[in-house]
Amino acid sequence: MGNHISLLLVVVPLIAAPLVAVLPRGRLPWAVSFAVSVVCAVFAGIQLWSVLQGGVISYELGGWAPPWGIEYRIDAVNAFVALIVAVIAALTLPYALHSAEREIPEEKIPTFYSALLLCLTGLLGITQTGDIFNVFVFLEISSLSSYALISLGKSRQAFTSSYQYLIMGTIGATFYLIGVGLLYSQTGTLNMQDMANILPSVLHLNTVVTGFTFIMVGIALKLALFPLHLWLPNAYTYAPTVVTVFLAATATKVAVYVMLRILFTVFPQTFTIATPADELFILAGMAGVLSASVYAIYQKNIKRLLAYSSVAQIGYMALGIGFATTTGLMATLIHLFNHALMKGALFMAIGAIIYRIDSCRIDQIHGLGRAMPWTFGAIVIGGLSLVGVPGTAGFISKWYLVTAALEQSAWIPVAVILIGSLLAVVYVGKLIEALYFKPLTDNGKVVSEAPLMLLVPTWGLVLANIYFGLDTDLTVGVAEQAAAILAGGLKP
Amino acid sequence: MSAETLLLTILLLPLAGAAGIIITRRNPDVREGVTLLCSALIAVLVVVLANRFMDGETFALTLIEPVPGIAISFEIEALGMLFALIAGILWLVTSIYAIGYMRGHNEQNQTRFFAAFAVSIAATMGIAFSANLLTLFLFYELLTLSTYPLVTHAGTPEAKQGGRVYLGILLGTSIALFLLGILVTWSLTGRVDFEAGGILAGHIDPAWAGLLYALFLFGIGKAAVMPFHRWLPAAMVAPTPVSALLHAVAVVKAGVFTILKVTIYIFGSDFILSNDVTGGLIWMAAATILIASMVAMTKDNLKARLAYSTVSQLSYIVLGAMLASKAGLIGASMHIAMHAFAKITLFFAAGAIFVAWHKKKVSELNGLGRAMPVTFTAFFIGTLSIIGLPPFGGMWSKWYLALGAVETTQLLLLAVLMISSLLNIIYLLPIPIRAFFSKPESGEHYTEIAEAPKSILLAMVITSTACIILFFYPDPFYRLASLAVGGY
Repeated sequence: MGNHISLLLVVVPLIAAPLVAVLPRGRLPWAVSFAVSVVCAVFAGIQLWSVLQGGVISYELGGWAPPWGIEYRIDAVNAFVALIVAVIAALTLPYALHSAEREIPEEKIPTFYSALLLCLTGLLGITQTGDIFNVFVFLEISSLSSYALISLGKSRQAFTSSYQYLIMGTIGATFYLIGVGLLYSQTGTLNMQDMANILPSVLHLNTVVTGFTFIMVGIALKLALFPLHLWLPNAYTYAPTVVTVFLAATATKVAVYVMLRILFTVFPQTFTIATPADELFILAGMAGVLSASVYAIYQKNIKRLLAYSSVAQIGYMALGIGFATTTGLMATLIHLFNHALMKGALFMAIGAIIYRIDSCRIDQIHGLGRAMPWTFGAIVIGGLSLVGVPGTAGFISKWYLVTAALEQSAWIPVAVILIGSLLAVVYVGKLIEALYFKPLTDNGKVVSEAPLMLLVPTWGLVLANIYFGLDTDLTVGVAEQAAAILAGGLKP
Repeated sequence: MSAETLLLTILLLPLAGAAGIIITRRNPDVREGVTLLCSALIAVLVVVLANRFMDGETFALTLIEPVPGIAISFEIEALGMLFALIAGILWLVTSIYAIGYMRGHNEQNQTRFFAAFAVSIAATMGIAFSANLLTLFLFYELLTLSTYPLVTHAGTPEAKQGGRVYLGILLGTSIALFLLGILVTWSLTGRVDFEAGGILAGHIDPAWAGLLYALFLFGIGKAAVMPFHRWLPAAMVAPTPVSALLHAVAVVKAGVFTILKVTIYIFGSDFILSNDVTGGLIWMAAATILIASMVAMTKDNLKARLAYSTVSQLSYIVLGAMLASKAGLIGASMHIAMHAFAKITLFFAAGAIFVAWHKKKVSELNGLGRAMPVTFTAFFIGTLSIIGLPPFGGMWSKWYLALGAVETTQLLLLAVLMISSLLNIIYLLPIPIRAFFSKPESGEHYTEIAEAPKSILLAMVITSTACIILFFYPDPFYRLASLAVGGY
């Protein structure tokens, strides 16, 4: 099989998606999707392992040699991101069974799984491909399917927020496409590697600079980088919880990956640093961390609170990109992974509460911590990881991020990162206080612990938060290699 | 038992105890049995460990390495041994006390209480044995988090507010300042290990070293140096055993212990002395000593008065650390021990008064000594030891602290120490005097002896006797303290 794995990673969910849509109702669509996600996770694991062992994988689609054919080119960077996406999918699907049955009308369940698999296809495709136009195609596959997924939400706001995301997402994708077009006009190639070779000779052209700018803005929209994040809180709040879990842990991560690729592989790093892009990332990152964290504190809906927290976390990743050093990129990649773990765990735990009480307003969850001790425990540990308490994955992210900032003597970002952690203490504390100390709202309902099918994946992620806070061989090790690839010419 | 096993057992046993406490929650007698058994074992094990350590055995253990170059690892050195010894022994005494208190007072959620208590002890041991700043920071935060349910135990709005201040200040300072200090140390030297003689010398411009020291001084909020002391009075809403062990011994001593560790093993006393790193900062400690004493005078609530007294006494240790001379460091280290035994006695007594007579205020204690002679005798002994009079243990630490001030010719600081002793007399001594000699309030008649439950009395007698024994036999603590500073 060998290198075919890289292709199968995309093809398997792609073929399964329409299949699932026509399967009879019941649990069969779920079972097939789950099997597909597990297969993908295994493939992604093997792929990362073989990349770490044997270096870059180059797969020529249909046997057409690059730069004419489409090339899948996998190094430690995208193998790492692909693994994150696939593993989160494999953990989300067991969770999806009950949660989706509760939140999505029965007749739409096969469609739901079909869209979820398409979204997975798109996200994995982005990570696999080495072709800059192909990225656009997969970006659209994942985006269109996620608009559909979000619109499946129970409340009517789901439609408007899906529509809002559709508009913003399409603008982003269009910007990206315009940028790609401009670059193509000057380089005559769409293969990233090839483009990277040609670009240095045409960098002085305004067309190239314009193309670069269009691409940056387009992806920043997809990434929900402050201040282009406005679609995200609504989308995360009104989507079905499973969708929120999946998107929060994967979609923005993949966009960060594309950003890194363009900034550090396609364009020469000297160019990236010469443009104001890196300074802008630091500015947007700091503004995002502070403003989104403050917004999070004042939210009354838990999902929205966590959504704003996600915007803040993206700010941290942007900071790492902006530092444009090996350590900074390492911090971004580590946080990419760790944030998927913590937000995944938190949204899953919130989903368990929604499953029981059918609401995610903070004033409705009073005192539930005692009725649902395992769910509460998951929120506490996930929250601590979000704050960055030592012994959790979040701490490792913060450690590298602050180290990167200190290397540059960038004192203001250091202060912002630490203040961001303090603000996280406040909003996580608000959740915990409501769950634990407020008296139980007495509406005659007896709330019991969430079913095992929801708890097991949740706690899988919770334990991963602790594990990767203590043993970082995988995260730090891979991130180090990946950052070295990205930052080849940068100062260490 | 091999050295590593012994070390690991001391770290894990309290955690196992916490699990045992939760498992046996249906049967309170068995549950309390688990607490007693665990704490007794820990007390024995730390004494064994201390003996073997003083015989020259070395203990080191590395678990894992989360950040390349920094491991979660443990190593016993003299200062940590001293701290673990005190915390381990006093946990046993406090357990005896707590069982009487919690039952005598019919507290709710006792399982959660005893389980969280055991976890806090595990965290304390982790702090004591840490071999580097990262490990220490990990357990430092764990201690904050595991004591939070104890502080908010009552569940009243007051307790919640107290918990909010507690968590806010301790987490806030540790993340914003302490962590930053660790990271700056890491980026300057590439390591964060505790090492005799310090690791910073030669890596930092002495002019900036004072700033870094300030990050540690204020970041280690558990040391309660003003202006970050508010959490300690706020934590007094907790049940008294918590105030006694955690907020007079484990948590606050973890703070000053960390400051001592940073002073001796990260900065190095030679580096501090030769570059005058702490020259300006030392006045923060001096100011805390005096201001907290004066605030204590204004407090009528007994536990609040004791809390401010603790704030003041902690800064003695911080001041000793910042003097950085040998006598100063020895005095600071010994004060960890001496203040622990004296202050825990005072808190035990305060709790006894509360359980037996439901009195919280100093002004209500007139004549109560007739009904509670044992309690107030213990209180009296604790008071004298805090003031630093012979024949009580507290004298030794004040002696060395004063010697440290003389050694570095900081005569103004010597004056601060002396004034503070006077202030101690003013705000503590009237309490037992009131109880023994004043006329009871109208309507109260103390004709019969009505003390708190026996286990409470037993605990108080043990700690107050220890205050006297430590005057005549301070040797174990003195030896550990002088080992820590490289011999005196």
